[in-house]
Amino acid sequence: MPLKESIFSELRACLGGEHVLTKPEDTLPYGFDGTAALKQSPGAVVFPADTLQVAECVRIATRHGVPVVSRGSGTGLSGGSVPVTECLVLCLIRMDQVLQVDPANLTLRVQPGVTTLKVDETAALHGLFYPPDPGSMKISTIGGNVAENSGGLRGLKYGVTRDYVMGLEVVLPDGSIARLGNACVKDVAGYSLKDVFIGSEGTLGVITEILLKLLPRPRARKTMLAVFDRMEDAAETVSAIIAEKIIPCTLEFLDQMTVRCVEDFARIGLPVDCGALLLMETDGHPVVVEEEAVRMGDIASRHGAREIRTAADAAEAQQLATARRSAFSALARMRPTTILEDVTVPRSSLAEMVGYIAGIAAKHRLMVGTFGHMGDGNLHPTFLTDERDAEEMERVHQALDEIVEKTLALGGTITGEHGVGLAKKPWLRRQMGDASYELMKTFKRALDPAGIMNPGKIFD
Amino acid sequence: MCLPTCPTYDATRRERNSPRGRISLMRSIADGELEMGEEFAAEMSYCLGCLACQSACPAGVDYARLFETARADIEQQGIRDTPSRIFWRTLVLRVLFMRPRLLRWMGRALHLYQKTGLDRLVRRLGLTRLLPADLRRLEPQTPRIESKFSSDLIAAAEEPATHARCRVALLTGCIQDLAFSSINRDTADVLLANGCSVHTQEWQPCCGSLHAHNGELGMAASLARRMIDLIPPGDYDAIITNAGGCGSHLRHYSTLLAGDHRYADRAKEWDRKVKDIHEWLVDIHPRIPTASPFETETSVTYHDSCHLAHGQKVVSQPRAILKLIPGLRYIELPEASWCCGSAGVYSITQPEQSARLQERKIGHIAGTGALIVATSNPGCHLHIVSGLRAAGINVAVEQPVTLLARAYRREKKPSGSIESTYPS
Ligand SMILES: Cc1cc2nc3c(=O)[nH]c(=O)nc-3n(C[C@H](O)[C@H](O)[C@H](O)COP(=O)(O)OP(=O)(O)OC[C@H]3O[C@@H](n4cnc5c(N)ncnc54)[C@H](O)[C@@H]3O)c2cc1C
Ligand code: SF4
Ligand code: SF4
Repeated sequence: MPLKESIFSELRACLGGEHVLTKPEDTLPYGFDGTAALKQSPGAVVFPADTLQVAECVRIATRHGVPVVSRGSGTGLSGGSVPVTECLVLCLIRMDQVLQVDPANLTLRVQPGVTTLKVDETAALHGLFYPPDPGSMKISTIGGNVAENSGGLRGLKYGVTRDYVMGLEVVLPDGSIARLGNACVKDVAGYSLKDVFIGSEGTLGVITEILLKLLPRPRARKTMLAVFDRMEDAAETVSAIIAEKIIPCTLEFLDQMTVRCVEDFARIGLPVDCGALLLMETDGHPVVVEEEAVRMGDIASRHGAREIRTAADAAEAQQLATARRSAFSALARMRPTTILEDVTVPRSSLAEMVGYIAGIAAKHRLMVGTFGHMGDGNLHPTFLTDERDAEEMERVHQALDEIVEKTLALGGTITGEHGVGLAKKPWLRRQMGDASYELMKTFKRALDPAGIMNPGKIFD
Repeated sequence: MCLPTCPTYDATRRERNSPRGRISLMRSIADGELEMGEEFAAEMSYCLGCLACQSACPAGVDYARLFETARADIEQQGIRDTPSRIFWRTLVLRVLFMRPRLLRWMGRALHLYQKTGLDRLVRRLGLTRLLPADLRRLEPQTPRIESKFSSDLIAAAEEPATHARCRVALLTGCIQDLAFSSINRDTADVLLANGCSVHTQEWQPCCGSLHAHNGELGMAASLARRMIDLIPPGDYDAIITNAGGCGSHLRHYSTLLAGDHRYADRAKEWDRKVKDIHEWLVDIHPRIPTASPFETETSVTYHDSCHLAHGQKVVSQPRAILKLIPGLRYIELPEASWCCGSAGVYSITQPEQSARLQERKIGHIAGTGALIVATSNPGCHLHIVSGLRAAGINVAVEQPVTLLARAYRREKKPSGSIESTYPS
């Protein structure tokens, strides 16, 4: 049933006409996120300017029984912000103010629509550092990051978004506004409610303000590229570095196909004939950085690296990181449809997992490029396929299923950073077990009894 | 990845005004979920066609082709047709830019009109009110038409003083020929100074870029065939273009003529041979001038024309050429590759957005403190000149080849290998 004109006029009265989109040409482009092959156009798209407007929009939607789908920049890779039929998309990019930088407490208070890049740039102005750096950071919003609990290239040493969220302001489905957490480094008063919202993918409420923890900016940084003939050697290098008790900030892996596609785009002279590349970076005290870099180089050489390149300066390091960030999109050059997995395994099992994925691709005659945040066990096997070929898609699903099976057998997880959304729903119960799966649903029912917040995501 | 690079998304932050959004609309139309209508046409006309998104897209999405096809579909379906629009389109695309002689004749008339001061008189008398609204807006921006055309300045074949190391054809362009024939002379001089024998056909048809960008792919193809007949690519080492917009179109003749078996192979060879002047100079290692074009050290900054930077991926070469010139201090322009708002006929079709981008560009130029801004496309050139003038900022606009040619000309004779007919 299409949305009624009356809800549009209420929304217009609240936000002003230009911030309510209802024409198909305006709303259709909000029908998808970064996930291939998932698409559903919304009933309307609205752009609130502040928390009160968000609360009012949510109240209007609740009154009309219309589902609300929160949206940042729509770069999600699990279908989290793909609309449901005749819903209201609440796009938060107008709420893009940095509210407060507090160097004395090392915190930053921002609205949800600020881009991840701007968060780090703002911190940098004060000599501070916001470590999570998803590949999409130029455009993804911090609200989207919190809702997905995003990771990034530096996750190995610095963790994920959750590790930097100290407080949240959220609008609940009944339109009430709750403040969770605070600026205290230690705070043990009651349940840790903010943690329930981190990674909730817009299913519990709308995040309208975020208090972030910052770190001092590392004084030195060194970026290296290790070139391998065999993928397994790269994987073993990673395990060996961790086993030697070095925690670099970045250990990124790219297999041969990914290297070729990235080079095709970035043209920075990556060795396209290699079997795999490892992008290694260490940061911190200059003396430690020097020493760790030397030791990592040695370990890589011992494990069969045929060449180690060190970035000459910050610009070159930046270029390498940018190239790596483009890996997912660059793979999309090969075939019409790109389906990306996000499996994560304990780090000691990496070499086994990498080999297993290659075997599965061969067995099902599928084109797969694998890259990922290898240092934290997070791999992105990416299927390059064509959604119009039903038979091939069948093989893709079979392969995905086997990869998930193996991941769970190794004690891993179906998603390391992209969230469950629509894409990984089928496997969630298998990973969690019945009790914790039901517990999640209990939370959802308690907070959103009418089920209007991003329904159908994570679980049905 | 493309969103932060798109000027129209930056202005509105609406998904439909972004490359990703426009592509999704095209897809919805292809899938039959959306009718092609006025809204879609308006959206495609709001797109600058600056192709910044194409440079940014790691997935290699060919936005330029999608964009041209969409505009062609819109034209075919006659969605935006109003009688006055049809009249002006027909005049410009079908008549003027299909007939080089007529275009020059009109240029000649316009030159006289400007030279005799008639234009000022007309303006003072308020006669511009008689023009249709679109043209009235454009009128003050009309380029000063030069008194001489390229064919008056450049002989059909010119040989370098030294032994010729290669043979090139020079494309003179339409707007370039009318408004900047001196830049064509400069280009020829620079080529001669670098040992190229330069061949310049007197009557060159329009390259068809205006037609392709405005959805007239059929006419664009017939112009491409004419061009290939006139300048057979097999006869030359390179076919030189010095206008970013034309070049970007010129090197895609093979796509345009892919279905034409008589021309397909030659079109492929043509695409390979078409080179932007800066790109070609860097390829053949340009001779460093021994003189400076200026009396005293002068600071110069550079604006990337969209079609040169994003369409042709010629980014480092013009900068390399500028840095080669003695007596010139190069300052990088912030947001150098952000569209200046010229974008073909954009300043007529979307005056507001165009003006916003122009202002932003002028602000950055002024911020560098440079005395000269170099660029390499007649559209950008004119648009920046008019923006600077409106803001009352005293910065000269030049093209890199002009500065280079001037430097060569100021070298002590007889070391210079060129006979210039154009006074610097
Ligand atoms: C090229 C590319 C590289 C990527 N690299 C990484 C990476 O390295 N690591 C990583 O973790 N992810 C990565 N991603 C995935 C994606 O960028 C992240 O999930 C990101 O956090 C999404 O942010 P967004 O603003 O685009 O959110 P959206 O996609 O718009 O939304 C994501 C989810 O958050 C919800 N949401 C958004 N804003 C709010 C809010 N204010 N309140 C409540 N719910 C909200 C939505 O409902 C949805 O469920 C990548 C994506 C791309 C396209
Ligand atoms: S061509 Fe320019 S204006 Fe058009 S979508 Fe691409 S970046 Fe945006
Ligand atoms: S694939 Fe390319 S065009 Fe599409 S959203 Fe990404 S960068 Fe933009």
